[in-house]
Amino acid sequence: MAPDFDRLRDDFPILKIAVHGKPFVYLDSAATSQKPNKVIDAISEFYRAYNANINRGVYEISEKSTEAYIESKSKVARLINAKGMEEVVYVRNTTEAINLVSLSWGEKNIGRGDHILITEMEHHSNMVPWQILAKKKGAVLDYVALDADKTKLDIESLKSNLEKKPKIVSVTHVSNVLGTVNDVAYITKLAHENGAVVLVDGAQSAPHMKVDVKAIGCDFFAFSGHKMLAPTGIGTLYGKAELLDQMQPIFGGGDMIKTVEKQSATWNDLPWKFEAGTSNIEGGIAFGVAVDYLEGIGMENIDDHEKELTSYALEKLSSINDVAVFGPGRDEIGIKTGLISFAIKGVHPHDIASIFDSEGVAIRAGHHCAMPLVVTLAPEKAVSRMSFYLYNNMADIDRAVQAIERVRKIFKRK
Amino acid sequence: MDADMYADELIEQYEHPHNNGVIKDADGEMHEHNPLCGDEITMYFSLKGNQISDIKFSGSGCVISMSTASKLTDFVKGMPLDKLEKMGVKDIIDLIGIDPGPARLKCATLSLRALKEAAFVYEHRAIDEETKKL
Repeated sequence: MAPDFDRLRDDFPILKIAVHGKPFVYLDSAATSQKPNKVIDAISEFYRAYNANINRGVYEISEKSTEAYIESKSKVARLINAKGMEEVVYVRNTTEAINLVSLSWGEKNIGRGDHILITEMEHHSNMVPWQILAKKKGAVLDYVALDADKTKLDIESLKSNLEKKPKIVSVTHVSNVLGTVNDVAYITKLAHENGAVVLVDGAQSAPHMKVDVKAIGCDFFAFSGHKMLAPTGIGTLYGKAELLDQMQPIFGGGDMIKTVEKQSATWNDLPWKFEAGTSNIEGGIAFGVAVDYLEGIGMENIDDHEKELTSYALEKLSSINDVAVFGPGRDEIGIKTGLISFAIKGVHPHDIASIFDSEGVAIRAGHHCAMPLVVTLAPEKAVSRMSFYLYNNMADIDRAVQAIERVRKIFKRK
Repeated sequence: MDADMYADELIEQYEHPHNNGVIKDADGEMHEHNPLCGDEITMYFSLKGNQISDIKFSGSGCVISMSTASKLTDFVKGMPLDKLEKMGVKDIIDLIGIDPGPARLKCATLSLRALKEAAFVYEHRAIDEETKKL
C-alpha cells in the first residue's frame, strides 16, 4: 500500500517555518534534503545518552556507540544490496568517495597515456578529481557526449570512447541538472567488456530510487547521506571487496591499522582500512536511522511519488509562456528523477531564485557544479532548478508556479 | 530577499542599460566574473586628463549586476580616478537605493570591482585590499 505522503510532512519540522511571512516551500533537495525528527533526535540522543568513541572502549556506552555505528553500515549495505558492511566505507560525502578512488585506485592503476572516461553530464565532483589524476599521471581524460537534444548520453559516443580501452569509466547515475537516469547497468556491462573498472556517482540516485549495486554490476558506487535525510558529513563509498582489498589507504592514523611498528604498519580489515581517525560517529548512526525511515516508506514508493510530482510540474510549466525546461520531458518520465532545471526567457536565474525566495519558495540557481554542461544550455550560463523529495506535494508545485507568475509580472511578460 | 528590490526602475535599466557597449582603444579595461552565478562584465573607460571622459560596459548577468553597472557608468562619468578609487560598498548601496543583502551583494559590486581594478592597472598601482574584497 502506498504511504500517506502528506502525513509524512509532519515528520519534518522545518516545513513549518515561515519565510518572508509565507509558509516555507523547499524545492532544493537535490542540494541537500531536510531531516525528519527521527534523524534529528538520533543525533541529540547520541550526545545525551551514549557519546563515546567507537572500536576501543570496553565500557558499556562505548560498546553501544560501536554497535550502533556498525549497525548503520549494515543498514546501508542492505539498502544498496552490497555483500556486507565490509564493502561500505564511510566518507564525508560523494566528493570524498570519488577522490578516495582517484587517489588510491587511480594512483596505482593509471599511468602515462592511459584513458579515463567520464561524461559531459558529470558534477564537478566526478570531473575535477579525474582532471587532477590525469594531469599528475599524464593520462587522457575523455568525455562521453550528450545526444543532440542534450537530454541523454550518446551511446555511440560511449562505444567509440570505449574503443580507446579506458582503465576506468566514471559516470553519474542521475544528472543533477537534467534529472536524466542513465542506464548504468548497461554502461557497466559495456565498460567491463572493454576491460574498464566502473564507478557510479549515486549522489542523485540513492536518495530517490531503489539501488542494487549487484544488479548494476559496478565496481564502486558513491553517495552522500545528507541528500537522503541524514546529516551532512557522512557518505558512503561502496566498493567490491576484492577491489578495496587491493587498494592502499589514503589516510594513515588510528583505527585504520592492525599493528604499528616504528617503521611500518599493517592495515586493518575492510572497511576500517580507509577510515583513519575518529569517525563521524553521530553522523553514521543517524545515517542508519535515515535508511530505516526511507525503507519504512519504500524506495519504489518514493520514486513513484516523485515521478507523479515531476509529471505534474512539467505539465504546469509547459503551459507558461517564456519557460523552457531541460532534460527528459513527460514522455520520458521513466528516465527522469524529481528535479527540473528551467529558464525564463530574458530573466537571469539569480533573479528568478531571489523572487522565488520572496515568495517563500527555495530553489537553486547557477551552474549547479556542472559548468561544462550548463554553459551549453542557456545564454546566461546558468539555470534555475527545482527539486523534489518525499515531503513535497502538488501544493508546493502550485506555489512554484505562482512564483513564476510573479517573476513574469515583475519583468512585464505577457 | 524581498521582491520589492525589483523596482520598475531597476528592471528598466536592466532591459535598456545605459553606456552598454565597448570602447576600442580604451585607456582602462577590465573583465570580472562571479563564478558562483556566471555573471560577467567588462568595464572600459577613456580619460581626459585624470577624469573619466567616456565609459562603457558589456557583459551578462542578473538585474542587480547589470542595472548597477548601468547606474555606475552614469555616476562616474567625469569623475577623477582618485575619487573612483575611494568608492566602496556603501556608495553602491546609495547609488541603487537598496541593500541587496549578503547573498546578492557580490552581484551589486561586480561592476565597481572591475572598474576600480581597471583604474589601478592603468596607474600601474597594486589593486588595494578594499577592491579585492568587493
